[in-house]
Amino acid sequence: MIEFFNVLLVIFLILSALAVERTKDLLSAVIIFGAYSFMMAVVWLLLRSPDVALTEAAIGAGVTTLLFVGLVSRTRRWE
Amino acid sequence: MNDIIVKTVTRIMVPFIQMYGIFVILNGHISPGGGFAGGALIGVSLILYTLVFGVGAAEKKFSHRLGDLSESGGILIYLVIGSVGIVSGGYFLTNLDAGFLKGEAGALLSGGMIPLLMVAIGIKVTSTIITLFHAMIEEDPS
Repeated sequence: MIEFFNVLLVIFLILSALAVERTKDLLSAVIIFGAYSFMMAVVWLLLRSPDVALTEAAIGAGVTTLLFVGLVSRTRRWE
Repeated sequence: MNDIIVKTVTRIMVPFIQMYGIFVILNGHISPGGGFAGGALIGVSLILYTLVFGVGAAEKKFSHRLGDLSESGGILIYLVIGSVGIVSGGYFLTNLDAGFLKGEAGALLSGGMIPLLMVAIGIKVTSTIITLFHAMIEEDPS
């Protein structure tokens, strides 16, 4: 069961990484990247490293997403 | 952003995010997390405040001068605590041999100087993240 969940998470990671690259709307790409970071945090948790998971959820999903939102607000939204 | 829902939710959520950040910092030596993750949480709460209420309101809460002071002060606290080891005849960051209290293992007050270092790192990371965001937002569009 847990292996199936792991495979599902990795497939979601690959799909969202491809979606970030394909999306033309940069704000949507930033939000997809935030979802990628949250899934990555769950993967770290399943790999039994809660410290890295906490940092990933705070830095990857929080700070990086907000910095990118600020960046998009200063530049163009469409690629 | 002039949305009543976003403003109200932010006003309610920001103290809880900061409380959780302080919890993560203070429990850094006995549970997952630490100064970096907790400082990032507090910094994210201030960034959220900046995004919703604007740079002007955030400057009143966390000014440039406070950012400079806490950014320099955090690393100075770290260096002073680390230098206690050298003064007492050991290496840099000598922990228990330098006279720091050992405490009871697993309790909140334990681990010698590690909680003090976590607080210093938390102050430093918080001010770095919020200064980074303010510097990027305030820049004039070209």
